[in-house]
Parts: sequence; structure tokens; C-alpha cells
Amino acid sequence: MKISMLRRTLRLVVLLGLAGRAAAELRVEITEWNIEPAPIAVVPFAWEADTAASLDVSAVIAADLRRSGRFQPIDSNDMLSRPTRGADMDFDDWRILKVEAVVIGRVEQTGDNAYSVQFQLFDPFRGTQLVGYRMPASRGTLRRVAHRVADMIYEKLTGIKGVFATRVAYVTAADRGRHYELIVADQDGENEHTILESKDPIMSPAWSPDSRQLAYVSFEGSRSSIWVQTLRTGNRLRVSSEPGVNGAPAFSPDGRQLVMTLGGTDGNLDLFVMDLATRGKRRLTRHRAIDTEGSFSPDGRYVYFNSDRSGGPQVYRVSVRGGTPERVTFEGGYNARPRLSPDGQRLAVVHNDRGNFRIAVIDLERDRQLVVVSAGRQDESPSFAPNGDTLIYATRQSRDGVLETVTADGLIRQRLKSRGGDVREPVWSPFPRY
Amino acid sequence: MARQKMIARCLPLGLAAGLLAACSNPRTIPDPESEPGFESGGAAMGADSVGSGDFGGFGGGEEIPFVGEAGEALADTIYFDFDSYEIRSSDAQIVNRHSLRLLDSGARVRLEGHADERGSREYNIGLGERRAQAVRRMLMIQGVPATQIATVSFGEERPIEFGSDEAAYAANRRVVIRYPK
Repeated sequence: MKISMLRRTLRLVVLLGLAGRAAAELRVEITEWNIEPAPIAVVPFAWEADTAASLDVSAVIAADLRRSGRFQPIDSNDMLSRPTRGADMDFDDWRILKVEAVVIGRVEQTGDNAYSVQFQLFDPFRGTQLVGYRMPASRGTLRRVAHRVADMIYEKLTGIKGVFATRVAYVTAADRGRHYELIVADQDGENEHTILESKDPIMSPAWSPDSRQLAYVSFEGSRSSIWVQTLRTGNRLRVSSEPGVNGAPAFSPDGRQLVMTLGGTDGNLDLFVMDLATRGKRRLTRHRAIDTEGSFSPDGRYVYFNSDRSGGPQVYRVSVRGGTPERVTFEGGYNARPRLSPDGQRLAVVHNDRGNFRIAVIDLERDRQLVVVSAGRQDESPSFAPNGDTLIYATRQSRDGVLETVTADGLIRQRLKSRGGDVREPVWSPFPRY
Repeated sequence: MARQKMIARCLPLGLAAGLLAACSNPRTIPDPESEPGFESGGAAMGADSVGSGDFGGFGGGEEIPFVGEAGEALADTIYFDFDSYEIRSSDAQIVNRHSLRLLDSGARVRLEGHADERGSREYNIGLGERRAQAVRRMLMIQGVPATQIATVSFGEERPIEFGSDEAAYAANRRVVIRYPK
């Protein structure tokens, strides 16, 4: 089944004019909707403080909701009124505009570098409040609080947990492959931090389940090794530098183990599980084929991986206790880089779709049918958002890698604009722990 | 099997070519095993941003090309088909020449395996490693001791051609035979 066949009535390609925004690595550039986004109103919040507004909280909320692809915030110039308190709401002003929801709010200063962010979400047709909340903030946490407001609004309107307060890690390459950076940014591209720079390739970043650490592969010294780096301190440990390939690290759900690919002197790539406390490794697969790209199931019972033991890359799974692997994918001759949704029900892969490498999603619980959800020629590195609703992956724009997101049903696809360079291997963080 | 037959066919050719080849000075490569098991680099390089530093090892562009007696540089690159790690019979002669040089000189060699940019990155690391291993096995069958041979796979991370067409893909599916200083 192909999504492009479903895309019949509504295919909108919209350039969102965000040129005036501060430079950020990832901005929404193009959105393809195959469903119509709901018009909503995010009324500019009042800023009731001694100093000028340090952050336009309502603009952050509106941008989050727009980026979800499910909502289209209307222009504030089209609003007939701009209430900031519930008492000032006139629902008729919004019924005329046919917006399905209205967000109002204000930021009040409550002390030196202390603020209170209040918001209310209304259904103008029923004339009811859907949710209202007041949260404390400081200048340093205002942006994060704005994302949490967007998360609450999104969950109330869609029933899906929002991911606006999550982060994304990715790799950039520049200077024709002579300068690499490993970058962590908020999922809207703000707060971008380079956590590693190297003249040698950096690959395969993987989040720890508490989102405090990243595992990755570095070719520093022109040989591969696996590192675990703590984001807060910058401390990094080289956990594997065996002869030959050290690759494809992924954390277990409890964060205590890493599954990895080791090649050894003879170059036979197999999966191993490392206990991070002891650094002890135990073999998980033994086959003369390439076994790589291991990934734990969310329940921790299985490792899904890619093996070409059947002749081409296909997805298998093996019990974490070992044993005989079981083949999972059968459709097509190339299914690589398996990643499971957080509920374990869907599997994302890189799939050769008649010569084009694309992201495909397989529903493991229902029909096991493979659905191609991306439309590029060289799409790779799918990673589920922690709500399981959206995937991020790398695609190509002329020569350079750029990032796109797509809902797991393939209906809403967005390209994230980068400031340039070759961006690859995006991985979505788990939910933050408040 | 097919591969062994191919080697048998090519070996006399390789021998002849190798006898004509001049011998250059043996070069060593740093012993990877002498590096510590793990290290903490973050503290030394700053808390929130880790500098790349100079990690030593093999930088790019430092290898000296293998030069034959007539003065021409001999081929140091073996090319492969898509999703394949079979050495083409036409390329076996290149490997044979290097094996004779290695046997003669005792030099160390580093086989760098690469893949084209299509498909998934870690699988391409696997393909690059398999290609380097195919060359390694051919060298070992011809008597080159394993201790003289190191392999590394860069997958699709170090393309030689920055294009997205079949010509670029074909140029990037390669093993480069390097004699590090």
C-alpha cells in the first residue's frame, strides 16, 4: 500500500514564511498535508512585567501547533478581538472566523526573575473552556514552559501526547566530509548545542532512556569506537574500541545495557550486548552474514536487527537471552535499520521502494502490511517521536542531507529547513522527566 | 569456489607484475592495541562543547603511493558492484601486485572499505568492512601474514565522489589499499 495513492483530494505545499525568525538549525520549510489542518487561534499573550518581553510565549505555542501539521494558527491581524483573560472572551468573534479552538493567556511577573504563565483553551462553538492552567517560570525556563503549554493544548485537542518539549540529536558534515558535529537541539531547532566536533566521521547517535546521555560512534583516530557522553557535563567514555567495526549502539529500556555491532579482526559483524556497569559483553548473534543495527523492543525482551543472512538486508528479532532469530520483514529486497514505536506496535525501516530508499512503517499488531511514508530517493535513519505519532528521518535536498518529519500514518510530512550543510541521522529524545 | 578459481587464474599474472615492481621502504602503522581501553575527554575539552582536537592516527592525504619500477603509480583501489563484496576478476591483479609487495617488503597495509550513499548507514559500514575483508582474504591466501593487514570500514561516510548518480556510486564502492607512514 502506498500513501501517494491516498493523496488525492488535498495536497497542499505551503511555504511558511519564517524568514524573520532568529537563526535556528531546524525550521519548518515545507509542509505537505494530506489531511486538512484545523484552523485555530492563538491570541498574543499579555506581558505584564517591568521589563520588555524576553520571549513571545504565544508565538512559541503557535509555532509548535503549526509544526504538528494538524493545526493552522490564524494570523493575529485577522482576529476581531484579542482577549487575554477569560472574562473578555466573546465566542461570536471566533465562531465567525470558524476557528476550532482559541488559546488565550498572559505572563505576569511575580518576583525578580519569577513569572506566572497562564493560559486557557476554549471551544468557541460550545462556548466552553477545555483546559486552563497556571505555571511558574523564570527567564531561563519560559521557553520550556511555552512548549509544555503547547503539549497540553495538543493533547487536549488530539488525544495524542505532545512532544514539543522533547529534543533531537543529529549529525552534520561540512567541508566535504572533513568536519563533523554532533548536535542536540530542542525539537523546534532552538537551543542548539554542538556536543562533539571532529574531523573524522561521527555516526549513529542514540539516546539513553533518561535522555541524559548519548551513545555514538566516532572515527577519531581513523578507527571506529563507541562512546557514551553525558550531556550535562560533557564527560565521555569510550566503551568499545575492539579491532574492526564498533558500530550501531542502542540503549536497553532500563538504560543499563547497550546493544552494539562488533566486527572483530575477521570482519564478521554480529550483535553483542554490553553491561554498562561492568563493560562485560555477551554475544547475541553468531552468523557469517552482516548482523547490525540492533534495537531493543520497548519491553526489553527482544532485539530487532538487520541481517543479510537471506541474501539482502531484512529485519529479524532475537530474544535478549539469545537463541535463533526470527525473520520479521518479507516485503521487498531491502529492509534495514529497524526502529520500534514506543508502544512496540509499529516498526519503521529503510525500504528499497523500486530503486528509491524510503521510510516504511509496518503495523506489527494488525495486518503486518508495509506502508511507505516518505517520498525521497535516499531517505534514511527513521526515529520515532516518544509519542509514537511522528517519525523524523533524513532525506536529500540536491546534495545535502535535510531532515523531515512524517506522521506514522504518512499523512503529514514536513521538511525542516537547515541553515546549510549536510544534516543526517536524526534521533528523537524520550519524553523529558519533569 | 568461484573466488578461488579466480585467484588461481590471476596469481601468475600477479607474480609477473610483482617481480617487476620496485620495493620501497617498509612503513609501520601505530599499534591500535597500545591505546587505552577508554578515556575521558570531556573534562579536558570543556564542559558543554567537546573540541575535536588532533586524535592522531591516520589523517587523510599522507599515504605515499606505491610506485612501480617504470615510475607509474600502481592502482590502489578496488571497485565493487552494488550490495556486493565480491572482487571482480579484472581487479584481482591489483590485489596480487600488492600481495607481492607486502611479502617482499614486510610493510603494513591498511584496507579502507567504502560503500555508496544509498541505503542505511550502519549496513553500509558492514558492506565496507566485507569489501575490505574480501581484499584481506585474497592477500592472506597469497601468503601475506594477518599481522601486516589492518582493515577499517568508513561505510558511506568518506565518499571520493560527491554526486548522486551511478558514476559516483560506482566510484565510491571501493577498497583503498593504503600504506600509512
